[in-house]
Amino acid sequence: MTAALTQLLHIALVLCAAPVVVGGVRWLKARMMGRVGAHPLQPWRDLLKLLRKRPVLADNASWISRGAPYVAAAATAAALALVPSFARGMGFAPLSDLVLIAGLLALGRVALALAGLDVGTAFGGLGAAREMSFAALAEPALLLAALCFAILAGTTSLEGIAVTFQDGSVGLRVSLMLALIALCAVGVAENARIPVDNPATHLELTMVHEAMVLEASGRHLALWEAASALKLTLWLALIAAVFLPFGTAPAGFAPLGWLIGAVLWVAKMAVLCLALAAFESAIAKMRVFRVPEFLGAALLLGVLGAILLFVSTRLA
Amino acid sequence: MMMSFGTPAYDISHLLGGGVLLLSFVLLYQRRLGAVINAFAVQGALLACAAAWQGFVQGAPGLYVTAVIAFGAKAVAIPLALRLLIGRLGLHKAVEPAFGIGASLLAAIGLVGLSVMVVLPITAGGVTPLARVDLTIALSVVLLGMLAMIARRNAISQVIGLLTLENGLILGAVGVTGMPLVVELSTAALVLMVAVVAAVVVFQIRDRLDTLDTSILDRQRGDA
Amino acid sequence: MLTALLLALAGLLVLCPVALLPRTPLGARLGVAVAMTVHGGALLAALAFAGVGLAVLVLGGLPPVALPLAGPMGPLTLAVDGLSAWFLLLLGLAGACSALFALAYEGTAPPRQVAAYPLFLAGMALTLVAADGLTLLLGFEAMSLASWVLVAGQHDQAENRRAARLYLIFAVLAAACLVPAIGVLAGPAGDLSFAAIRETPPQGWRAAMVLALVVAGVAAKAGLVPLHMWLPLAHPVAPSHVSALMSGVMTKMALYVAARLLLDLGGPAQPLWFGVPLVVLGAASAVFGALRANMEEEGKTLLACSTIENVGLVAIGLGLASCFRAGDLSALAALAAGAALLHALNHAVFKTLLFLGMGEVAHGAATRQLDRLGGLIHGMPWTAACVLVGVGAAASLPPLSGFAGEWLLLQALLAAWRLGDMAFQVLIVAVAGLAALAAALAAAAMVRMFGMIFLGRPRTPRSAGAVDGPILARAALLLPAALTVLLGLLPGPMLALGAEAQRVLVQETMEGRARAHVVFVGDGAAAYWPVGVALLLAACGIAVWAAVKRRAPVFGREAPDEPARGPAWDGGFAAPPPHLVCGDPLTQPSAAGLAQPLRRILGQGVLAAHEAVDMPSPGETRAARLEAGFRDPSEAWLLAPLARVRDAAVARAEKLRHLTIRRALMLPFATLVALLLLVAWLEGGM
Repeated sequence: MTAALTQLLHIALVLCAAPVVVGGVRWLKARMMGRVGAHPLQPWRDLLKLLRKRPVLADNASWISRGAPYVAAAATAAALALVPSFARGMGFAPLSDLVLIAGLLALGRVALALAGLDVGTAFGGLGAAREMSFAALAEPALLLAALCFAILAGTTSLEGIAVTFQDGSVGLRVSLMLALIALCAVGVAENARIPVDNPATHLELTMVHEAMVLEASGRHLALWEAASALKLTLWLALIAAVFLPFGTAPAGFAPLGWLIGAVLWVAKMAVLCLALAAFESAIAKMRVFRVPEFLGAALLLGVLGAILLFVSTRLA
Repeated sequence: MMMSFGTPAYDISHLLGGGVLLLSFVLLYQRRLGAVINAFAVQGALLACAAAWQGFVQGAPGLYVTAVIAFGAKAVAIPLALRLLIGRLGLHKAVEPAFGIGASLLAAIGLVGLSVMVVLPITAGGVTPLARVDLTIALSVVLLGMLAMIARRNAISQVIGLLTLENGLILGAVGVTGMPLVVELSTAALVLMVAVVAAVVVFQIRDRLDTLDTSILDRQRGDA
Repeated sequence: MLTALLLALAGLLVLCPVALLPRTPLGARLGVAVAMTVHGGALLAALAFAGVGLAVLVLGGLPPVALPLAGPMGPLTLAVDGLSAWFLLLLGLAGACSALFALAYEGTAPPRQVAAYPLFLAGMALTLVAADGLTLLLGFEAMSLASWVLVAGQHDQAENRRAARLYLIFAVLAAACLVPAIGVLAGPAGDLSFAAIRETPPQGWRAAMVLALVVAGVAAKAGLVPLHMWLPLAHPVAPSHVSALMSGVMTKMALYVAARLLLDLGGPAQPLWFGVPLVVLGAASAVFGALRANMEEEGKTLLACSTIENVGLVAIGLGLASCFRAGDLSALAALAAGAALLHALNHAVFKTLLFLGMGEVAHGAATRQLDRLGGLIHGMPWTAACVLVGVGAAASLPPLSGFAGEWLLLQALLAAWRLGDMAFQVLIVAVAGLAALAAALAAAAMVRMFGMIFLGRPRTPRSAGAVDGPILARAALLLPAALTVLLGLLPGPMLALGAEAQRVLVQETMEGRARAHVVFVGDGAAAYWPVGVALLLAACGIAVWAAVKRRAPVFGREAPDEPARGPAWDGGFAAPPPHLVCGDPLTQPSAAGLAQPLRRILGQGVLAAHEAVDMPSPGETRAARLEAGFRDPSEAWLLAPLARVRDAAVARAEKLRHLTIRRALMLPFATLVALLLLVAWLEGGM
């Protein structure tokens, strides 16, 4: 019962937070660049407005274009429901496996790529091909980061990893630092942020994510935007859950602990948003075919982390 | 102070050593000279931290001197000098990799694996785990420095490769208890000299050949 | 039960001559009837195989039975244990789908192909139920020969003849490795029965020799790198239902032979390195196949390359199982074995589905070239939906079957660092990364395939007019699609069902950890709840839909929330001129175009991929063209040197023709003496 309640609260929290995370990052970036910036709640308003609009589909669009946004939003939401936020012992905690989360994200990605290909436009195909190719390097990097966690925590269950890391027995590890960098690089690529992609432009040379949703409109576009907001929140929450596990309320009914956990979670997310905004402001978009190098470096850092971990486990 | 796993003494020095190694990778990954120099400066600073932490842990005040020297020379002076050099020469800001970035990173991972497999069996028994990890990382940094020298055509980045190689040596030296400071100082001074010499050579080459691409030197050997 | 099995086998063998009945005097009608009888019989036999497999898995194995036919080294014996039963189930399921499809389309096939089909099935079944080395080889070679006939069926085209020739060469190579391997396994006693071999498992140099020979033989038959050259050439040439069996099942027969000879007969006492070759070759195959699938521009070739990938993944699982067993981690060994077996079954089903779907496409649009298809989802909704399920499974998306196998395999890999020394651990890290890379590459390849064939606009008028096939063909697609979904939801029960198969391989099972709704990796480690994931996804989907529905306004009475339709925006690109019925083909992504990022990222290094843009100068009216291609390195590194060796050998042999009679006689004499010396040495050594 408590588990279900925690889960419901978690879902409500992250669903409310997701558009604000996107809006917040945009606002922070604008402030850092000396602009006023739109209100952090603007994505919420956009979503509500878009949902009221009637979508326009291309003449030759198939049921893929109509169904894919729902699949992508559902898959991303399902993945986000598995990443712990303010408390442990959520109802879906037994399901919260890193490999499964990667699989759910892949489901959303495939839906997006198919939607991009559905109408047969040049941009859609370009975006889909790039998205799937970059993911081909991002997924092994993610898995190797998961390998580092699995060696330390003995499981790929996010709940198990977070609990192990929270009790502090793991200590400070170079490998974890490397895994964190790899995870951040993958997150940046998955969320189509600078320097991999520019979330703010519709320019041919920079587009990956935006290229695939060019034909979407109305509620379909709203769902795509929601899915990308959920995905950004998911990655930040994932990093927070693994690397900033302190303050999370233990399993069981503890309203005060939950409140503290929620406040701390919001604070952690705010810090991560600030870091993301600062990173994006400080760095330039890279050429598309530099991205494989970027992701390849993340992949190799994952390998390096695992090797160093073997060294230390061998010595212990 | 105990030097085993899970203690702050071990963890922090491990983390600092790992940071130095990570920056060696960053050096290999960068394509612009400015970024390479920045990464080198950060590596120097981390090295200084590592030396200071070792001084604290081992109770060897001499290592603080090493830390200060490392910081002054590697994190401040040499990067500044190199930046000046680039500015004065109006050099190309791009590193010219001799082989692809991806390939050099792969080779780097291979070298780290190699140094792990070399150091761990050799140091089995007798040495503290901390020193073993430290030596592993140090050897990796040395090898990566060599790789950086091989993998780049540009004279400045070759100089930086040499300097990171020396960083690796110092990292190894501070990790082992009872290393006399004299050796450390002389190494640092020596490499500083080498850096100066290299810079002079760079000037010479530039004046004579109008480029810093060392592959052109091959044609100037005159052994035909 | 054994009677049913024997009846099915005998029935298939009887069907072969039936298919070859002379038909000319009685006209084409009889030919169709004969073909229908044969394929109907094949369907029944396949169902019998599946039934027997299932029954044995549930009720327990069948003891060896000697056939009344005596081989040269003792009677031919048959037995069905857990491992055989698991693969029989796989064969039955895929065979039934394939036979259904054949019933729909293959009525007018030439008699030699109709005749070879039941022999092909019978050969595979015989391989599985063999209880001695000779029977195994007999079945294996019958399978190879029959499939060669099927590959060589359309021999009027030069490239088909080349594919068939290459296929035969590799099949012979496989036989040339497996025959001595079984000989070495049997040892000096010469008893080929599996029971006798189990008593005296190979050790030392004999084990190493068995390993080398079996791995080489299996790699040549399963298409593991570097012996994969023939697979993308031969699989697409056969008719679609045969391609499905070749890719989905025949490669698994080779893996079965590897599992049987190395893990079962090799004995449990093998050291750690015994599993390493399979792991390494598997990882290389997985990445190589998936990457090549991203470059191919012909539908069935693409699927064949994806088969290389999946065979590689199964091989990784088998190799890991052997390694875990050597390291006394029996629970993990069972996990790896279970992952390999489950993925083999899942792949057999979804690859059958994909190949049959490709057959439907070829029937509907008369081509399998990706650049001549497009937009088939409108004319072939059934095919598109079924293939989409297969694509999802091949891209390992939860909660479909491909993900379940992949999840188990990755979990086994993530636990494998507990084994061995530093070098092995580093290898495992690399393999884990490569397995994930292969999975992601496969997803990219599948998206590209589905997008090129079913989405977008038709690229040729012919593909604009494609329609779904007859009801039987639809059933042949719906059956494996339903199985794919089902297997994805029930990995736990399937692993529990396959407990006996796992026991044969590693003497340990997933029992207790594989339950109805969940699969546990081990104590405290991760778990996979497929039904829970499916329910969660469904709940999220319904919630999203309901939330959108609540906000969406109502437009008119007849179509309350129907989206408006309009021309594609396409970045503001001008609409095509009216004479281009299918739109301007040049504004649509091409197969080479979709492959471009991966070609540049990985293809140039691994596959020697190249591309060149032919850009007309300003003012010219011709279109710009992108020329892209790749070369399989095994062609240059393996086949070309071999061809040179062959030429040298031929040149050497030519010289023999000019020998005098005295020298010509000396050759056989010297050979005889050398053989006698060998015998003397061997006897002395005993």
